[in-house]
Amino acid sequence: MPPPRTRGTALRHRLAELRGPDVPAKALDARALAALAANPGCRRRAILDGAGVNKAALASALGSPSAFGQSQFALTRGNAFEAKVKADGGAELLRLVHEKLDRTAEPPAHARVPELTATGPEGRTARTALALREATEAPGEWTLLDHPMLALDVAGSPAFLEPDAVVVHPDGSWTVVEIKSFPMLDGSADAAKVGAAARQSAVYVLALEQVAARLNPAPRVRHRVLLVCPKDFSNHPTASAVDVRKQRAVTARQLARLTRIEDIADTLPDGTCFSPELPAAELTAAVESVPATYAPECLSACELAFHCRARSRASDAVTSLGRSVRAELGDLTTVEGVLSAARGESGDPDDPAVAALRRAARLRAEALGREAVTACR
Amino acid sequence: MSLISTLARLEAVSTGRAQPAATVRHRRLSERPLVFVPLTTAGEAGAPLGALVGTDRDAPHLLVVPQPRDRDLRFTFLSELADVVLPYIDAYAVDVEAAERNETDPETGKRVKVEVELCANAPQLIVPSRAGIDFVRLLGRSMRFRRTAEQDPETPYPAPPRVPLLGRWLTHFAERARVPGSSLLLAMTDVLARHWATGQSTLEDQHLGALLAWIDPPGGETGAEAALRAELARDRDGQLLCPPAGPATDPAFDNKLLAPAIERYDRARTALAAAEDGLQADDRLGDLTTAEREIRALVASRTRPTWDAVWRGLDRLRELPEASRVEERWTRDRWSFTGHRDRVLAGEPPQPRRDDAVTAANKLAAREREQARLEAQEALDDPLVMAGRRLSGEAFAGEVTEVVMAYSEGKRPSPRPLVTVRTDDRPHLGERAKVFRSLGGKPQSAEFVGYEGDPEDGSALIVLRVLDKMGRGKEPEEGSVPEKGDELCFTLFEHEQRGGAKLPDPEQTPWTHGGPPGEQVPEAADALTEEDVL
Repeated sequence: MPPPRTRGTALRHRLAELRGPDVPAKALDARALAALAANPGCRRRAILDGAGVNKAALASALGSPSAFGQSQFALTRGNAFEAKVKADGGAELLRLVHEKLDRTAEPPAHARVPELTATGPEGRTARTALALREATEAPGEWTLLDHPMLALDVAGSPAFLEPDAVVVHPDGSWTVVEIKSFPMLDGSADAAKVGAAARQSAVYVLALEQVAARLNPAPRVRHRVLLVCPKDFSNHPTASAVDVRKQRAVTARQLARLTRIEDIADTLPDGTCFSPELPAAELTAAVESVPATYAPECLSACELAFHCRARSRASDAVTSLGRSVRAELGDLTTVEGVLSAARGESGDPDDPAVAALRRAARLRAEALGREAVTACR
Repeated sequence: MSLISTLARLEAVSTGRAQPAATVRHRRLSERPLVFVPLTTAGEAGAPLGALVGTDRDAPHLLVVPQPRDRDLRFTFLSELADVVLPYIDAYAVDVEAAERNETDPETGKRVKVEVELCANAPQLIVPSRAGIDFVRLLGRSMRFRRTAEQDPETPYPAPPRVPLLGRWLTHFAERARVPGSSLLLAMTDVLARHWATGQSTLEDQHLGALLAWIDPPGGETGAEAALRAELARDRDGQLLCPPAGPATDPAFDNKLLAPAIERYDRARTALAAAEDGLQADDRLGDLTTAEREIRALVASRTRPTWDAVWRGLDRLRELPEASRVEERWTRDRWSFTGHRDRVLAGEPPQPRRDDAVTAANKLAAREREQARLEAQEALDDPLVMAGRRLSGEAFAGEVTEVVMAYSEGKRPSPRPLVTVRTDDRPHLGERAKVFRSLGGKPQSAEFVGYEGDPEDGSALIVLRVLDKMGRGKEPEEGSVPEKGDELCFTLFEHEQRGGAKLPDPEQTPWTHGGPPGEQVPEAADALTEEDVL
């Protein structure tokens, strides 16, 4: 007889079953975090990310491969830049933290750089927590944590996160450091990329706060993160403090709102599995058993987007044209439904959405010199 | 998105073809535009990989940087680019006509008319997508502070002579592109999306191949099928059949084709440098040339489809008749071009990295004004755009059912006729709201008096009092008052934009905005380092 399982292990088992036998869980990466913010209502994304399914492999197995990929040029450049920033025990990085965030503190002449290697994400998370505690308990010195590992509870299951660096200040407070290889040109960088970096850092801040809450007294996690980028057209690092309070609040609220993964898992038929090894038809059925909330924004954030888009188009949904389209059409959700309502063939003329639609159709036909198709006003 | 354009998109979905979003062309297209299709290296800031550029669709200039991280090769690219772009610009700079401009006389402080030159026409740059405009700006920024050996003999890595000048021009083009309705630098995707509604979202419209597939689907296919193929279809080597319009390249192309080719080039170059005698060097030079030719072929294969797509887009746009108010906006572009030409000729320094407070505020005000102008002009030029404004209650059209002559009170009574218009539209008219109609290209204003009666078919009778454009006499001039039976369209928005409040001179900048900028000092060039990537 198997030992009685706790709720937590039961869920872990269930999620492992969903991933498929011998498929390792995939950590939440920056893209998954962005998708979290972009489309919190999507149950399909929530369960797949929560179970650690490799969505890129899944999309390929479904026959709609994702278009994401990274050029090796970008990868080389990014790694070279990060190495340069962290060279010499992070001297340059700490100098930037001191200059941009904590000028009153002692300048970082030397810093502790604890060893964080351990086996498995759980081991690394524990090692990171230990290093953070040690650094906080012995204040007065700078500590740099290079690629720590943090755990964040996402919809009832732990997601592992790996920030570029975390710095412990001499006063015991913690700062998230994000290193990006897009340039900061004349003191400003691409707003969209900075926004993405801020959202990503906000998640790290939340995860750090969970670690901090377990310490007594709880150290302060700073809400201004340090974004390090190459300066202008050179390879020299420059940095800017980014206030992520807003992104942190938004992400925290969305995480709280996420339908619990357990609840989604309970609605799945028994034996559902998302292993890329399965035949496409079976896999499609499995994916279709969880509803998705597709919007065009998914294309830049989710590996499964092309699959969901094809489904959304096949079902004639108006949302495949954008969320704003849906907003002005009231109850009408299909393309043909809207067009026939506009032609006056269906729909209640007293419904304000239908009335507006017919007026729009009439004005458009008039402007184009076509015969107005509206039968009645 | 207004309901009318939503409807157009839905129609496109159901018919499988893009639907008109405009009945006329709202942007100027030059007879001889300079098309520029650049590619950039992933991960680097403004390190071009190559470009197709030129005015002849059958013979573009192919420019390639075989090793994008090499500063000398990049300078060669930029100076070749200058050799194509600058003569094209210069050709427009010399052809001028006389014009007048209002200026403040420095002695008397009065506004006086001054005779100035205005370029008879202006150059036009066309890039495939909005990212292309950003890249033009980035290239401009990377070049305009460079120093040539002539300017500064001490500079460690002197730029070729005309490169800083090209940087200033590209900066000007990119800056002008931020002004709504301007046509000096256009992104093909933006212009196409302005004139056609596709059956996909605005996000997906950013893909030039997919957008064109909807507008001009190749034989027998629906737009949706063709667009999907343009977005995703790959050949057996995993390469996209329709390469992205750039400047970013597809990662699969970078990793599978470009990176090995660049590596071969690097090896050939190292081998050549290590050659010991002439014979060996000749041999290895051959290898280097082969490696370089290979990269050129790769860049050509990724830019040519985009190049052709841009010209196909131009063909489709030229089929639309030009809207009548485009000419006026193009004249503003000509002024902008002439102004920058004069600044260059006068030896002024390059555009600063950051504008001072007054310049920035002026630019913002100008953009807001131009946005309002563009919205008004597009509506007046295009019944389909006007339909959108009518739907939103900002305009109404209908038939004049009655005209009653009336006069203003006062010593010299002037005509103030009352006009009744029957309309099916539902304008948001407030008490004594002002409305405007176009009379011979000029706005005539009227005042809302009230609604009359309550017709049963759901339409409204609107009584207006005409206020101006009727001449100086007691009786209105002929044709200046609407007549019974006329079909008219009134707008609630003004047709012409007034300038906002005047800003102080830069020397009078208040301390809240940083105070006077002080004497302009020439901006230093970017600091150069050994390992600079640009």
